[in-house]
Amino acid sequence: MIKIKKIKIRINGKNKTIDNQSTLYELINDLKIPIKKIAIEFNREIVDKKKIKKIKLKNNDVIEIVHFIGGG
Amino acid sequence: MANKKFNSRLIVGTGKYKNMSECAKAIKLSGANIVTVAVRRVNILNKNKPLLMDYIDPKKITYLPNTAGCFTSEDALRTLRLAREIGGWKLVKLEVLGDKKNLFPDMIETLKSTEVLSKEGFRVMVYCNDDPLMAKRLENVGASAIMPLAAPIGSGLGILNKTNLTIIRNQTKLPLIIDAGLGQASDATIAMELGCDGVLVNTAIAKAKKPFDMALAFKNAVIAGRQSYLSGRIEKTLMGVPSSPTEGII
Repeated sequence: MIKIKKIKIRINGKNKTIDNQSTLYELINDLKIPIKKIAIEFNREIVDKKKIKKIKLKNNDVIEIVHFIGGG
Repeated sequence: MANKKFNSRLIVGTGKYKNMSECAKAIKLSGANIVTVAVRRVNILNKNKPLLMDYIDPKKITYLPNTAGCFTSEDALRTLRLAREIGGWKLVKLEVLGDKKNLFPDMIETLKSTEVLSKEGFRVMVYCNDDPLMAKRLENVGASAIMPLAAPIGSGLGILNKTNLTIIRNQTKLPLIIDAGLGQASDATIAMELGCDGVLVNTAIAKAKKPFDMALAFKNAVIAGRQSYLSGRIEKTLMGVPSSPTEGII
């Protein structure tokens, strides 16, 4: 059996272990986050949501996913 | 404002409510067309947490992304660029705070951010202090609306400096919206009577004992204040002037 290599990323301030070569799209899908209602920052750069299928995650990547909440 | 027509001069915040449905109902009763919202991390551990967009439809109510909680220009710019990415929001409220206790705005950082954001195509409504000179500077660097505080955020102290607000009103044609510090409906009326174009209220409604009734009170107060302003108030006199004719008294 081929063992899939794991990598460690940081998402919204929390460490997470995922499969190597996963895409940003797969990660967001796995987390069941509605893509239309969020914005994503990938290693401090804002990501065009249309391009997340092409972004492959690597070790130590830092991701921030934000949405709107109640505020004054 | 920002080439868009709105039907209400009351903007309400969506923070501090007991829950989302209370927030949504209060907004409906207030008649507001615009609500402020904050940009925060998605809770990746609890996926069942209710989403604001499920309760307040951004197609019906204009979301005004706000940088509340930002203390540097860098953080504010980051927040609003992300907000724009969520769904193309260009009309934003900039708020860069300078002090954690009094929550007064850091006007140096605010001015810097306003200039950058305007150049990037944002329509920036700017939370600021009630300093006419600073208000002018914000206008000069491209602000879309001037939003001076009435009093510190959440303080409920009402309008503390009518004179400065009047000076700002007289010097600018930009929308002037009182932001922060209102405590009761009459404060909104006073703001409107000073000639302001609108008011922004959050805590005074959300934390009232009866938020729904207070939302309605603010709605009516803003309408009353605007009508009063447009009606042209009487001159003030030091002495009494009788209301009934003095001729023909028996």
